[in-house]
Amino acid sequence: MDLKQKYIQLLESFNDSVSKESDSLLGQYRKVGIQGLKTNGLPTSSDEQWLYTNLEPIFEYDWNAKTKGMDEKVNLDEVFSCDVPNLDTHVVLLINGHYFKQNNTSDLPSEVLMGGLADFSSTHSDIIKKYLFKAADVNQKMNALNATLAQDGLFLFIPKNVQLEKPIQIINIAYGNEEYFVNQHNLIVVEEGSKAQIAFCDHTLNPTKFFVNQLTEVHLEANAHLEFYNVQNSNADTVQVSSICVNQHRDSNFLSNIVSLHGGTIRNELRVKLLESGASCDVSGVNLTDRKQHVDSHTQIDHLAPHCDSNQLYKGIYDDEGTGAFTGRIVVHPGAQKTTAFQSNKNMLLTSNAKVNTRPQLEIYADDVKCSHGATTGQLDQKAMFYLRARGIEKNEARMLMMYAFANEIVSKIKIEPLAIRIEGLINRRLRGELSRCANCVIQCG
Amino acid sequence: MLQIKNLHASIDGKDILKGINLTVNAGEVHAIMGPNGSGKSTLSAVLAGNEAFKVTEGEVHYFGKDLLEMSAENRSREGIFLSFQYPIEIPGVSMVNFMKTAVNEHRKYKGLDPIAASDFLKLMRDKKELVGIDSQLTNRSVNEGFSGGEKKKNEIFQMAMLEPILAILDETDSGLDIDALRVVANGVNKLKTKDNAAIVITHYQRLLDYIVPDFVHVLSQGKIIKTGGKELALELEEKGYDWLK
Repeated sequence: MDLKQKYIQLLESFNDSVSKESDSLLGQYRKVGIQGLKTNGLPTSSDEQWLYTNLEPIFEYDWNAKTKGMDEKVNLDEVFSCDVPNLDTHVVLLINGHYFKQNNTSDLPSEVLMGGLADFSSTHSDIIKKYLFKAADVNQKMNALNATLAQDGLFLFIPKNVQLEKPIQIINIAYGNEEYFVNQHNLIVVEEGSKAQIAFCDHTLNPTKFFVNQLTEVHLEANAHLEFYNVQNSNADTVQVSSICVNQHRDSNFLSNIVSLHGGTIRNELRVKLLESGASCDVSGVNLTDRKQHVDSHTQIDHLAPHCDSNQLYKGIYDDEGTGAFTGRIVVHPGAQKTTAFQSNKNMLLTSNAKVNTRPQLEIYADDVKCSHGATTGQLDQKAMFYLRARGIEKNEARMLMMYAFANEIVSKIKIEPLAIRIEGLINRRLRGELSRCANCVIQCG
Repeated sequence: MLQIKNLHASIDGKDILKGINLTVNAGEVHAIMGPNGSGKSTLSAVLAGNEAFKVTEGEVHYFGKDLLEMSAENRSREGIFLSFQYPIEIPGVSMVNFMKTAVNEHRKYKGLDPIAASDFLKLMRDKKELVGIDSQLTNRSVNEGFSGGEKKKNEIFQMAMLEPILAILDETDSGLDIDALRVVANGVNKLKTKDNAAIVITHYQRLLDYIVPDFVHVLSQGKIIKTGGKELALELEEKGYDWLK
């Protein structure tokens, strides 16, 4: 029996128990998900979308199909020791894909809804029905798997004309002494004229092997503004597939910034649909890998209306036997005139064993557009290295300065200053190899 | 302080320096002139420790130590400073961070603690004033978007910050207008003491009106073919190099 059959059988046998535990709204998608898996199967390395990231070993692993949330015996002090200093935020915690019940959101403006997707599915089903699986395609392979298994996740709803002054910080942890397969579905809706900043921090709290399949749907209504920051810092055994799907309406603005600091295998998907004119997005990320780590960034920006702008900048530093990939696709659909779309991927390979595959892609079906895309892959600039050393700077220190400068172009896009400072510090320590040394508990980095 | 004996060097298998002999003592300024391709920049690169060049023969002693055995960073910490003919742009590395790192690496080598933040700021301010560099330049990335003149001034500023014993100025005057040239030469002169020395590599006699050399050497095809006083520079200006061959 092949993997696909095995999973379908397994998921069907779990369907009842999974559905019982989750609200009917999420439950509605379980059968759709299984149907999707039957039709499309699981990602394989022969799949055009998955050429550079092989998930087969992780699917072959016996996850014991744990579908219940963990008992929430978490030492909160330990978790928050990694808080960002000088950053005043609304902080909430999610554990293994479940919203932590003791979160306190009372300091949020009363009209803002934030909590677990499962809870809100029963109390605010009208809102959730309107948005669930509208930005994400349930037939995409990992989304289908997510649909069959996810029971909870973050729900955030910011109604019309609310400007959140403080950022929302989501501490999203994988926790436990047994290996665990996390499926999490987040839903973020920002209504007309509203504005928010979100910092999503993905962590593993134990050296345990985790498989995290995280789907985040974002809906930005007219003139809505959202900044979405994501720091990924997991142990080297963890596989994380994170998919962010964004629907943008008229004049809305989306900024995303993903810093992949540490992890085993990371796949970051970002799909943005610019549905109405005037919408714009600025998306960026930096992949830092060493040893045998792997980070694959996969983007698709669909320009579906005229006068929309998109800008993408992805960078990667690959050390030791670290590997990575970038596949970036811009599609300018018929009628999307006056589009501006830029995409750039820059990579630095530090050893001859490090490897990156980059595929910038541009499809244009309109004639009045301004688009560009490009990719570079290179080594450390030896002339610059000599210049630094000629001023007395040790070779390793010079290397650090150069790598740091390379990554800093992404950090400089972060608009929350204390967060930028914090991430700068983390990158600095990461490049010095100080984070991977305490990889079994990377969160205790305060 | 510096003795170069029979120095041969090559790059990519091509011999450039073919037996250089030169002695530099404290308090002296040596000018090295010569036509394009004579090996002037190679000599400066070899002295600064650029590993792209291979020394095939000869020796260089600096205060009695084997210079060729030292890494580029240690040569700098021991007091050798190369002012680059083409200063490198390093986007993302701020001038402040660059200078602070360099100053602290020098201090660490001498067994000193890192410089206090306030002392560092004062040092920057003083040296900027001494050299006459626009104070905005130090808020930017290293050489990024600097004009030719700004890059050369920035080299002299770095020299002021690191206070070298032996400064090697590789065509610091090329591409400078007369005002920028004066600023650069002034900076060099202000840093001059009886205990340090300079090797000034140039195409043009013009710079030597401002930085007056004790010796002028003519480099041709990898060898020093003539040495004289400062009047030799004037003669070269008038007659060119051909009469020496």
